[in-house]
Amino acid sequence: MKVKEKEKKENIPLTCGAVITQPGSTKKYKTGEWRTFIPIIDQEKCIKCGKCWMNCPDGAIFKTPEGKFMINYAYCKGCLICEKVCPVKAISHKVEEK
Amino acid sequence: MSEKKVISGAEGVAIAVKLCKPKVLPMYPITPSTLVPEKLSEFVFNGEIDSKMIHVESEHSAISALYGAYATGVRSFTATASQGLALMHEILPIVSGSRFPAVMFVANRALSGPLSIWNDHSDSMSERDQGWIQLHCESNQEAFDTIIMAYRIAESKKVLLPVMVCADGFYLTHAYEPIQIEDQEKVDAFLPDYTPEHYLDTTNPKTFGAFAQPNSYMEFKEEEEKAMREAIREIIKVSKEFDKSFGRKYGNGLVEGINLEEAEYAVLGVGSVCGTIREVIKELNEQGKKIGLIKLKSIRPLPVEDLKILCKDLKILGVIDKHASIGFGGALTNDIRSALMGEKVKVEGFVAGLGGRDINKEKIKELINTIMKNKEGYWLK
Repeated sequence: MKVKEKEKKENIPLTCGAVITQPGSTKKYKTGEWRTFIPIIDQEKCIKCGKCWMNCPDGAIFKTPEGKFMINYAYCKGCLICEKVCPVKAISHKVEEK
Repeated sequence: MSEKKVISGAEGVAIAVKLCKPKVLPMYPITPSTLVPEKLSEFVFNGEIDSKMIHVESEHSAISALYGAYATGVRSFTATASQGLALMHEILPIVSGSRFPAVMFVANRALSGPLSIWNDHSDSMSERDQGWIQLHCESNQEAFDTIIMAYRIAESKKVLLPVMVCADGFYLTHAYEPIQIEDQEKVDAFLPDYTPEHYLDTTNPKTFGAFAQPNSYMEFKEEEEKAMREAIREIIKVSKEFDKSFGRKYGNGLVEGINLEEAEYAVLGVGSVCGTIREVIKELNEQGKKIGLIKLKSIRPLPVEDLKILCKDLKILGVIDKHASIGFGGALTNDIRSALMGEKVKVEGFVAGLGGRDINKEKIKELINTIMKNKEGYWLK
């Protein structure tokens, strides 16, 4: 019974046919937990070409006002496409430790 | 003007669809449902109906386009049979899970293999768990009427589930019978415009076909189950209103009991076979044998309470199953048996009529003799 109450609290209101009536709800779904490998950008080697930013399938790489490219680890699934496309090998990876 | 016409069952269905004014018709022909898209494309070509006909490349595409049409918020229609319905399988629960009140006509035909184009219920029975309301028809007039009722039932805000209108391939689709064709004005008065709450709109973007996490998936399915139970009340209500508007009814819309007073034995049938059973019980009643008929129109939702009431004075009920759940008898028999669990009536199942095998009067008499001797059901070949 306690479990049921806990589950219910986490529930979002149900719409008929599971329609999502407000856009942008994917942001609430943090996929970073899926990660096995964590990509790391070496800012010293980075030439700011933006290829990692363009190729990230999850939009997890963002550009700071200073023009730096950073990874939002709340959404990065660790697919390592960024590492593959980086022309100057500024991105490397490690096994994720939790 | 309302008029009576001698036409094929399939043409009757096409005219009923025309009267319901669907906007999109994604169709793929398959025997014995082909006459329906044929007639509808004639209506579109002649400008008798303001609909977009989509010539899709498969039934999988037909049902997918139907889904798409409903996502844009318009009434639509498709028809299929047998392998066509089986190919649609993947999309069927997506239509019902999205709570799109689609209507589809199924001209019941056996599934391959061996290849058979003839009638049985293996196609629609195999899809009974996909969240679609499933209504069967005994006559062509009933098929015509059920199409019109189906849109009303499906689009009811309390239900919002798709409806499969099933009629026996060839026995009904290709048979010529007089059908009372109703006036457009009367149908318009009975069936209001379809006005969905959610639909695709660029000025108010929404997501359709989203995924649900384990913390909500079950709740969405539970909502479907509740809607299906609500459909029991709604079908009865719509059936009553249809009777008031057009003067025809089929039991309470879900199930009909015939000659059950004083009867200790009865036969339960689905679809066109009920016509033959009616003839047999009429003959037997004249001989003094009290035999009843239960004509089950709604397979889903299954009208459990009505079945209990109809069977309360029966000793044995023989169920004719035009589909076999290979390895565990007839699926319909199993459903009826579990619906009547705890009641005093005994249920015997008879798998019959597979792949178009004729269920004639002699076979029904054989079935009745078997249950009257308190013997077990079997494959009635």
